[in-house]
Amino acid sequence: MSLWDFNILVEHWDQFMAGLRQTILASLLGLIGSLVLGTFIAILRIAPFRILKAIGTIYVEFIRNIPLLVVVFFFFLGLPTLGIPVDPFTSGTLGLMVYTASFIAEAIRAGIQAVPSGQSEAARSSGLSYIQTMRYIIMPQAIKIVLPAIGNQLINLVKNSSVLGVIAGLDLMYYADLINLSTFKGIPVYTFVALFYLLLTVPLSLAVHYMERRFARSN
Amino acid sequence: MKKKLMKSFRWSAAFLALIVLLVASGCGGSGNTDTLEAIKKRGKLVAGVKYDTKLFGLQDPATGNVEGFDIDIAKALAKKILGDETKVELKEVTSKTRIDMLKNGDIDIIIATMTITEERKQQVDFSDVYFEAGQSLLVKKGSPITGLESLNKDTKVLTVKGSTSAQNIREKAPDAVILEFENYQDAFTALKAGQGDALTTDNSILLGMQQQDPSFELVGGNFTDEPYGMAIKKGNPEFVKTVNELLKELKDSGEYNKLYEQWMGVKPE
Repeated sequence: MSLWDFNILVEHWDQFMAGLRQTILASLLGLIGSLVLGTFIAILRIAPFRILKAIGTIYVEFIRNIPLLVVVFFFFLGLPTLGIPVDPFTSGTLGLMVYTASFIAEAIRAGIQAVPSGQSEAARSSGLSYIQTMRYIIMPQAIKIVLPAIGNQLINLVKNSSVLGVIAGLDLMYYADLINLSTFKGIPVYTFVALFYLLLTVPLSLAVHYMERRFARSN
Repeated sequence: MKKKLMKSFRWSAAFLALIVLLVASGCGGSGNTDTLEAIKKRGKLVAGVKYDTKLFGLQDPATGNVEGFDIDIAKALAKKILGDETKVELKEVTSKTRIDMLKNGDIDIIIATMTITEERKQQVDFSDVYFEAGQSLLVKKGSPITGLESLNKDTKVLTVKGSTSAQNIREKAPDAVILEFENYQDAFTALKAGQGDALTTDNSILLGMQQQDPSFELVGGNFTDEPYGMAIKKGNPEFVKTVNELLKELKDSGEYNKLYEQWMGVKPE
């Protein structure tokens, strides 16, 4: 069995494309959702109120210490049982979003706390409000520290979207399994799948690098 | 010189003839053994059954006992031939090993969810059909789906990745949305959670799921035919006849329906 069997790609092009489309969609939705949710959780974690802090901590420690597959199965089986109709794709993407948000929240929190506390003390004593301190003093410094870690999480998110394959989420991995099982040509099938994932993750990785450099210059 | 050559040729020919004779007698010998006579002489029926198949032949890990529909058929056969249903020895077979074991004489008969096919008929003789297996649909009780004809583009049918069931349902219900899972338990869990409208595979597997959760039921009958038969070594017409007689007796007396209902949880169609 050779690594490059282009007949597989030609014969199953429609299936590969259908899967790629769903993988891209799940990644985009997951990316936006997990950034928004992750930032919100990070704010809770560093908020100057005990109860908000506790909620943030519980979320992070609960979600990030459970395997992704379990989180996804919880949405896939749990929500319909509770009477909320979600299809496999939606439940998988929700699971992905909630899971990745916990890691992003941690990255953001660590970045903010890495800014020396003297900075915020100085800002506050100069008369800036808490929000202003965050907006103008802490965040611009934190974002540089946080970017590489967030970039990692987003790349992981794209790759992790392959869990959709297990719950019939019609993504790239799902179709790859079907093509493999109907042709018994696993090696070329998964080689092309790897290429399709690289097609998504390499540009993402380059974009993160570009932003890192831009923020470094702006200082 | 010529004489010497002739002599060695004669010896080789004799040697060859001897080998041919030995091989031929070997074949003939095993072919002539009558399985039915052997069972009676031994006082025991050796049946090849599955140990891992729910409803048909499943070993209870706690007791080590093997139980199921196939096992009860084997017992009934022992009773018919030897007058005692306990005079049966069970041997575990798998789909891969069973034909070789039968040919080698390790077992007298295969009663192991074996589908009668033309290909297999070249290798073994089959009894009459003792279980009508085939692909069917499992749905929630009260579902509007009553069979293949109710499947359309708005119905989700669950099955297992790469299975023949998946291929069949694509052909028989081309409009339906087919969702494929890693294994039957995952597909059934998804059905229970409401992630699909029907689950399709062999009725023998669906019947087991229905027993696990009686709020589900099979609908529409079988839309493929995979009749199970008992397999017997070729050249035993008497034995095949005896097995078919037994099947007829079981059906006439109502014993077959009783066994079917006991294991499958429903009456035969």
